[in-house]
Amino acid sequence: MIPLDQLALGEKAEIEQIETDFLPLKLIEMGCLPGNSISLIQKAPFSDPLYLKIDESHLAIRKETAQHIFVRLIK
Amino acid sequence: MSRSLNIALLGNPNTGKTSVFNRLTGLTQKVGNYPGITVEKKEGICKLNRTTKAHLIDLPGTYSLNASSMDESVVIELLLNKNSKDFPDVAVVVADVENLKRNLLLFTQVKDLGIPTLLVINMADQMKRKGITLDLKLLEKRLDTKIALVSTRENQGLDQLKALLLNYRKLSTKPTIDLSTIDKPYFENLKVTFPNQQLYKLWLVITQDVNFAKIDRKRVSDATNFKTQSESELKRLQQKETVKRYQFINEILKEGLLIDRDSATDLRSRLDRILIHKFWGYIIFFLILMTVFQSIFDWSSIPQDFIDTSFAALSEYAKTNLPEGVFTSLLAEGIIPGLGGIIIFIPQIAFLFFFISILEETGYMSRVVFLMDRGLRRFGLSGKSVIPLISGTACAIPAVMATRNIENWKERLITILVTPFTTCSARLPVYAILIALVIPQGSFLGLNYQGLMLMFLYLVGFGMALISAWILSKTLKINSKSYFVVEMPNYKLPLLKNVGITVWEKTRTFVTEAGKIILAISILLWVMASYGPGKDFSEAESIVTELYSDLEGEALSNKINAYQLEHSYIGILGKAIEPAISPLGYDWKIGIALISSFAAREVFVGTLATIYSVESDAEETIKNRMASEVRANGQPLFNLASGISLMLFYAFAMQCMSTLAIVKKETNSWKWPMVQLFGMSLLAYIVAFSTYQILA
Repeated sequence: MIPLDQLALGEKAEIEQIETDFLPLKLIEMGCLPGNSISLIQKAPFSDPLYLKIDESHLAIRKETAQHIFVRLIK
Repeated sequence: MSRSLNIALLGNPNTGKTSVFNRLTGLTQKVGNYPGITVEKKEGICKLNRTTKAHLIDLPGTYSLNASSMDESVVIELLLNKNSKDFPDVAVVVADVENLKRNLLLFTQVKDLGIPTLLVINMADQMKRKGITLDLKLLEKRLDTKIALVSTRENQGLDQLKALLLNYRKLSTKPTIDLSTIDKPYFENLKVTFPNQQLYKLWLVITQDVNFAKIDRKRVSDATNFKTQSESELKRLQQKETVKRYQFINEILKEGLLIDRDSATDLRSRLDRILIHKFWGYIIFFLILMTVFQSIFDWSSIPQDFIDTSFAALSEYAKTNLPEGVFTSLLAEGIIPGLGGIIIFIPQIAFLFFFISILEETGYMSRVVFLMDRGLRRFGLSGKSVIPLISGTACAIPAVMATRNIENWKERLITILVTPFTTCSARLPVYAILIALVIPQGSFLGLNYQGLMLMFLYLVGFGMALISAWILSKTLKINSKSYFVVEMPNYKLPLLKNVGITVWEKTRTFVTEAGKIILAISILLWVMASYGPGKDFSEAESIVTELYSDLEGEALSNKINAYQLEHSYIGILGKAIEPAISPLGYDWKIGIALISSFAAREVFVGTLATIYSVESDAEETIKNRMASEVRANGQPLFNLASGISLMLFYAFAMQCMSTLAIVKKETNSWKWPMVQLFGMSLLAYIVAFSTYQILA
């Protein structure tokens, strides 16, 4: 299990655990929930923000938020 | 007999909700504000059949009924307030076929409020290309509603939608999920305490900070006792609720939605690879901005010259063909030049909103937010500040309102405070006329000097916005949670109808709003310029004739008019402030224009036009009149030094009452608009002073 900000470009993973208190409800409602698939599409310079595909939503979040989402790589 | 029903349109951002609204209402729509707040309220009328008219409200886009911004709380407030005259008889949730799952979350929430709710699945034209098949029968049955499959792009399915709306009474109002399964003891207890209330409604009241209408608040105020739960406990329940809703949705979509991934062509990833590239992405963004600004300046100059000369001619026509008197002179010297000062804006504003709405419609704006977030955060701003800063080039008022989706309060406040530095379209006529006067024709590396000067002024505006943002971020002591979630929508070709309506709406609003102020001020100015105290004003003719006995004809009458103006009320006022502004290179007439510009910058040209046309009888454009102004030493009044000093003054000074009013509303305090007014104007004075002293 690794924090989301350590995911490499193009890697696919599954959300394992989220620290609810540090995440906006909006992110959770957009599909950032344990069990959903997640992949990193693009990083802005300095790896921040991150452009993700979470479940079927495409969205960007900052690195500091990504550190509260833990994922497991899928081969 | 004709009936009328209320319809509310809801939906996630980027679902084409507004396109549906535009298709249904066309140009019958009107944009206003919700009482007391500045959230835009879009309403329109749609004829459903010969006897039934519908009143539509296009509610702000929202991902769910859990509000995280002022725009979103408007939605909840309306849906919870049965006594509102806008309370919907039927709610329409607009979903995008590609993000059906996430869109259905909002649908289940709205339906759980017990309002008849209809589902519109938009962008049906995309289904084939994306390999999507829907089992509509099954979806209707399981979601317990009616579905209209619509393509706003191809104008399909809207008749079916109208037919379904007519039969809204047949829609079921049963909740989709049973909340009490989330936390039995908690919700059972709630149910027992308020047996007559919709459970989900109670739950929303408990979790949201919404300002309810008084009556509703009283009815549910006891429910707030249930807030004893800690905030993080409530959030955990909200998360559980979300999970529960998604379980319900997933089960339905497993059967009702089929996506054949292989047939999907991916425009998104191909475009993203270039447009948000670490290097090329920025180059492209810069090139787009350059093109936009260059074309605004080039394209609008032709209609603007035409407007300028037409109004000069119209004013002259009124003067010669109407019977002489106070009214004619008010019309020819006050109202017509004043109106010209408003109309002349239309080309630039229309072009600006045209480009901005295209950037938004295509989905490119979100990419810019992504690209700029890190860089802007260094200055205490957010990537989302890009939208206000760019819309600020049209007008600071919508720009300040566009800061609302910045979740972090400190970043939002700083964005609001620095946005008025960006070069708004009201500054453009001031720049345009001054550039034409003081910057020589000619070109450097194929770029003409005048265009370069304009670009420089834009850059100065942005630069000052960034510098002051950085200073504010270091000095303001505000702690706030930093949340940043941006949806990256699919790329879309902009719908011409949407762009057209936006341009029309914004331009119209600007002209009527700014128009009122400009008109009022030009009338006031005319009165002040046409009357004066004492003998110097009333007996100007004999005094001047005596003083300049060698003059006659036109030269004499010009001298008389000038003398009279100098001793009118406005002349006296202008003379009084002249000592303060002469070190900046301005005379008392510019001083008057400067003062009246504190109401709104665009008044500048109109004010000079009014002053000059009172002074001179000849038919002349404002520009020619300005060019012939001379100082006491015979030098032209508008030269390089005074021109640039004046442009920089306008670049930095906070001269817009409407912006101050909107900032007051958005920040809920007079403190911040006052900080802007005095901070920016002081800065403007210092910069203009140093510029003139160095250049002159």
